[in-house]
Amino acid sequence: MTTRIDTRFAELQKQGRSAFVTFLMAGDPDPATSLAIIKALPQAGSDVIEIGMPFTDPMADGPAIQAAGLRALKAGMTLKKTLDLVRAFRKDDDTTPIVLMGYYNPIYIYGVARFLVDAKQAGVDGLIIVDLPPEEDDELCIPAMQAGLNFIRLATPTTDDKRLPAVLANTSGFVYYVSITGITGAAAANATQVTDAVARIKRHTQLPVCVGFGIRTPDTARDIARVANGAVVGTALVDALAKSLDADGKATGKTVAAVADLTAALAQGVRGAVQAAE
Amino acid sequence: MSSALPNSFRSGPDERGHFGMFGGRFVAETLMPLILDLEKAYAEAKADPAFQREMNGYLKDYVGRPSPLYFAERLTEHLGGAKIYLKREELNHTGSHKVNNVLGQIMVARRIGKKRIIAETGAGQHGVATATLCARFGLDCVVYMGAVDVARQEPNVIRMEMLGAKVVPVQSGTRTLKDAMNEALRDWVTNVHDTFYCIGTVAGPHPYPMMVRDFQSIIGVETRAQMMEAEGRLPDSLIACIGGGSNAMGLFHPFLDDAGIEIFGVEAAGHGLDKLHAASLTGGRPGVLHGNRTYLLMDEDGQIQDAHSISAGLDYPGIGPEHSWLHETGRVKYISATDEEALAAFQLLSRLEGIIPALESAHAIARVIDLAPARASDHLMVVNLSGRGDKDVPQVGDILKGRKK
Repeated sequence: MTTRIDTRFAELQKQGRSAFVTFLMAGDPDPATSLAIIKALPQAGSDVIEIGMPFTDPMADGPAIQAAGLRALKAGMTLKKTLDLVRAFRKDDDTTPIVLMGYYNPIYIYGVARFLVDAKQAGVDGLIIVDLPPEEDDELCIPAMQAGLNFIRLATPTTDDKRLPAVLANTSGFVYYVSITGITGAAAANATQVTDAVARIKRHTQLPVCVGFGIRTPDTARDIARVANGAVVGTALVDALAKSLDADGKATGKTVAAVADLTAALAQGVRGAVQAAE
Repeated sequence: MSSALPNSFRSGPDERGHFGMFGGRFVAETLMPLILDLEKAYAEAKADPAFQREMNGYLKDYVGRPSPLYFAERLTEHLGGAKIYLKREELNHTGSHKVNNVLGQIMVARRIGKKRIIAETGAGQHGVATATLCARFGLDCVVYMGAVDVARQEPNVIRMEMLGAKVVPVQSGTRTLKDAMNEALRDWVTNVHDTFYCIGTVAGPHPYPMMVRDFQSIIGVETRAQMMEAEGRLPDSLIACIGGGSNAMGLFHPFLDDAGIEIFGVEAAGHGLDKLHAASLTGGRPGVLHGNRTYLLMDEDGQIQDAHSISAGLDYPGIGPEHSWLHETGRVKYISATDEEALAAFQLLSRLEGIIPALESAHAIARVIDLAPARASDHLMVVNLSGRGDKDVPQVGDILKGRKK
């Protein structure tokens, strides 16, 4: 099985550059604006789109992404509407990979089997579920693989060499290396440590390794893109979105452009990186 | 929902931390190596007689165990039915059952060399117990507490600070216990290298539900021996309040395989089961939150709903996974009491027995009020008096004063 994710990374490798991966919350600040933002991302330079599935209790997220989820929920976002968003995006774009990221409970309540069918049909390519470690692979990871979706695992600074094989065993699409111990949007990634960590992961897998958490600026994005197959930016984009809202947290005429402009600047950073020899 | 009845109700969890379909390890990868290490460290500690000896010493001389099993003569006379015994966990050092668990976890933390302890707290009882033992063993202590709870349980906030702990008011989400737990998990994921997360109840990822249960089981173990001494036989029924469910599990677990014993867990029905409440088993369904699969209060999209209880310690939209399993197997009967019923029971016990119960424990007393009269005078009923009500005196005083006006 080849997903849009596999195809995209293969293309990028041919071009000799790393992927720019963007994260935004589905339905933030409202479903219509959210769709307009996501539609603008590929043109602004996003190679892979991660879409957050809002959840009331995002235990691994910092204040910015927590607030984004709450804005979306307040605007009536649900998992079903998140799939509608993907479906609407797919009408005009059949190549940009879409990864849904979030927590397990909304999927569990939706029903795993039904969710996988609906997600695949909507045009989702992969899943990142923060609270499903390999110890719980039976829940969603293995059914997702069987349904033709990539299950993208997080590896962290605490995932040692002994544990890496277990973490990588059922991972597909790419590996998401969380560059810090902490929540999203907290500390800044340290390029030297990231270099070592990516090299360590690459000793265990052929999969592309993308790095996220703590990347906020085009410079950091470039530094990370030099040593990894992709750089993921979430909080900085969510912050830009939040700053464009009015006093009631509603979208303004600037909201879509605020996210698209920062995406373009960060994408330039990533594209400016000369990839280290593989 | 039916499960085949097991040979024993006391054999769980399995090696993956499951009680039937409940429990498990639903945590971020960053934490996974830590909980695997903790599982190993706890297994080693449990098998080490020196660990047990040291813990027994502190339980006796520092906590003040065994806690008495007290025949509540006037309550029994007043209700006219079952003979009511109170297991006096409120007499423990720090004023509740929470210290039993905290002592155990702090000793495990010391074994693995962690110097910084974090905890979540609702009513503040777990926070106070954690702050106390951190003071005793010279460890740094940070307690996360919902901002709503900081306001309504002020005496405990002052106590924690006096003991040297840092209390962090949590402003996210509903600003109660569940958000305190989210924030504690965020701290833990950030400070993995030096920090031990001391969870206050029989919930969270494996091995916490099992480990906390084991540390709290001393309540039931003592109760067995004390009842044998007082009455020459085992009790006929047990009753305890349930938020996460650690005091209840501590009392129940040693009796689960005594088939004749009726066991009741009392959830918080808040304003009523058709309104805002915290009764996860009665009003919720299975979902995944805070590291385990268990009954949760949530909407049709799987978003966690606000719980409500007058008692901050029960104000949580989930429950320990082993309780979910005991609910589905039918071994324990889960019932509930409203804010009003708890308030009435709080006053009744204060006036009849000279014991001011915690609002949490008052929920159990509230159901004793209708369970006891329906039973014969030779029926032996044990109520877990999990905490004392000093912390609730200002809050209850304000409510009662407001009514007089």
